[in-house]
Amino acid sequence: MDIDVKKIANLSRIRLTQSEADELAPQLNSILGYIDKLSEVNTDGVAPTAHPHDVAMPQRADIATNPDRRDALQKVAPRTESGLYVVPKVIE
Amino acid sequence: MPFRSLSDIKSQLDAGETTAVDVAKLYLDRIKAHNGDLNAFVHIDPPHVLAQAEASDAYRAKHAARPLEGLPIAVKDIFCTLDGPTRCCSNILEGFEAPYDAHVITLLKEAGAVLVGKTNMDEFAMGSSNETSAFGGCKNPWNTDCIPGGSSGGSAVAVAAGLTPAALGTDTGGSIRQPAALTGLVGLKPTYGRVSRRGIIAFASSLDQAGPMTRTVKDTAMITAVLSSHDSADSTSVVDAPSFDWLKACDAKDMKGLRIGKPKEYFIDGMDAKVRQLVEDALKQCEALGAEIVDISLPHTEYAVAAYYVIASSEASTNLSRYDGVRFGHRCDNPEDLEDMYARTRDEGFGSEVKRRILTGAFALSSGYYDAYYLKAQQVRTLISQDFKAAFEQVDVIATPTSPIPAFKSGEKTNDPLTMYLADIFTIAVNLAGLPGLSQPCGFVDGLPVGLQWLAPAWREDKILHAASAYEGATDWHTKSPFGFEPKQAGGNV
Repeated sequence: MDIDVKKIANLSRIRLTQSEADELAPQLNSILGYIDKLSEVNTDGVAPTAHPHDVAMPQRADIATNPDRRDALQKVAPRTESGLYVVPKVIE
Repeated sequence: MPFRSLSDIKSQLDAGETTAVDVAKLYLDRIKAHNGDLNAFVHIDPPHVLAQAEASDAYRAKHAARPLEGLPIAVKDIFCTLDGPTRCCSNILEGFEAPYDAHVITLLKEAGAVLVGKTNMDEFAMGSSNETSAFGGCKNPWNTDCIPGGSSGGSAVAVAAGLTPAALGTDTGGSIRQPAALTGLVGLKPTYGRVSRRGIIAFASSLDQAGPMTRTVKDTAMITAVLSSHDSADSTSVVDAPSFDWLKACDAKDMKGLRIGKPKEYFIDGMDAKVRQLVEDALKQCEALGAEIVDISLPHTEYAVAAYYVIASSEASTNLSRYDGVRFGHRCDNPEDLEDMYARTRDEGFGSEVKRRILTGAFALSSGYYDAYYLKAQQVRTLISQDFKAAFEQVDVIATPTSPIPAFKSGEKTNDPLTMYLADIFTIAVNLAGLPGLSQPCGFVDGLPVGLQWLAPAWREDKILHAASAYEGATDWHTKSPFGFEPKQAGGNV
């Protein structure tokens, strides 16, 4: 099976040049070809593992602990104004 | 001094034979002399290092010394630190300065450690050779034509070359153990959930764990004892993780009564025959120390790499969606619209290996392929865990080679991503099962170090420390230093 690199790149929000896409396609196909090895394994009735240990999610007291650190957190943003993140216009 | 263990330096500090400032100066001089060639550190701020050392000496003058008082420790560029830049060795985090310390950084500071600087790594920890770093690769001090392994390559080089006595790395599929093996160090990936992941830049959240890289088993225990602590702000940090006396676990002198599993799937054709022989020899030595070697099988081992690349890439494609040019990091110039900003920012900011992983993960999670890839990989993950559970009913620990090959030449595998992925063939299953794993030196092939890997059931790092300490006590591989990195002054302690 051949991967549609342009489509996956679009889903990933990465703009690839044609030459990048041409270079990545055979590499991704070889990786996926290797991954197809998984189809050899009989997994009927096997539960999937998302977390390596069988433990319950811990809980803690519902107390707010985060101080207001907006200025420190926004200092590292590419562009802010009046405490808001500025992005290109979305709605005409 | 440069090749002394952390615990030896601690003894000298405790005895008043040296000061944290003198120790810091010695390593800063070593970094100045060698880092230009090795590229182990990507950020270093000498006045800040000395200020921490002065503060530690002042603390020691008034109070009882804390567990890591005055001891220099370098950290991988994946740990968020309030001081200096945090880049994860990626261009997409150019100019980023973290607004907080990772939890483990706070723990090190509270234990009195002196943070030396940020070490080189594969971009976003994706690689096995350190060659995907935006700062360029770093060199293995045992042979500077060779890679040091990855992704925690800079931490490995810094310790191996005596630029710091210890460093922190992270391990998602072998990124602590494989570079430790390739540079002759001890490296531990703790049980998943033992060490907080908060403030560690995420690669694959269900696999990532931080751990130490040191010269001796005891040094690794000293640091892990500090890192092993519940963090209520990390939902995967386990409450009441089973613990033990970390230093006492290193007192073992023999292996009487220890049952060591030798899995046939980790001693295979295609691996370096000399590496295999060294690990076989190490097991014979364990037998002489009183251990019983038991042949075991972990039948799903051959599917671990495939399952790992689906799971790790899927989690990475999700985790790395946050790099969108809005809240931090790089943003492209003059975006036409929001979509253009996302797509160009990410194309410009990510290197090619990171793009390959994001695309692999996005594909595995995409409509129509989810069941065949992602779900299937998670089911195979269950089978791999069950293999280990069954094996640990027969044995206390499992011993394997850490890497099928010693360090390879720079550039040798960069054109073939799949061959590079197979470098992690013996380390990956442990991450999938969430188990602890440690690599320690067990010999040399053509002047390059080889690693012996120990695995134990979840939370039983004490069993690993027992076996590794007894082996270390009976061998001298950990005392070797790479040629050309000896101290310059005559009479210096090597």
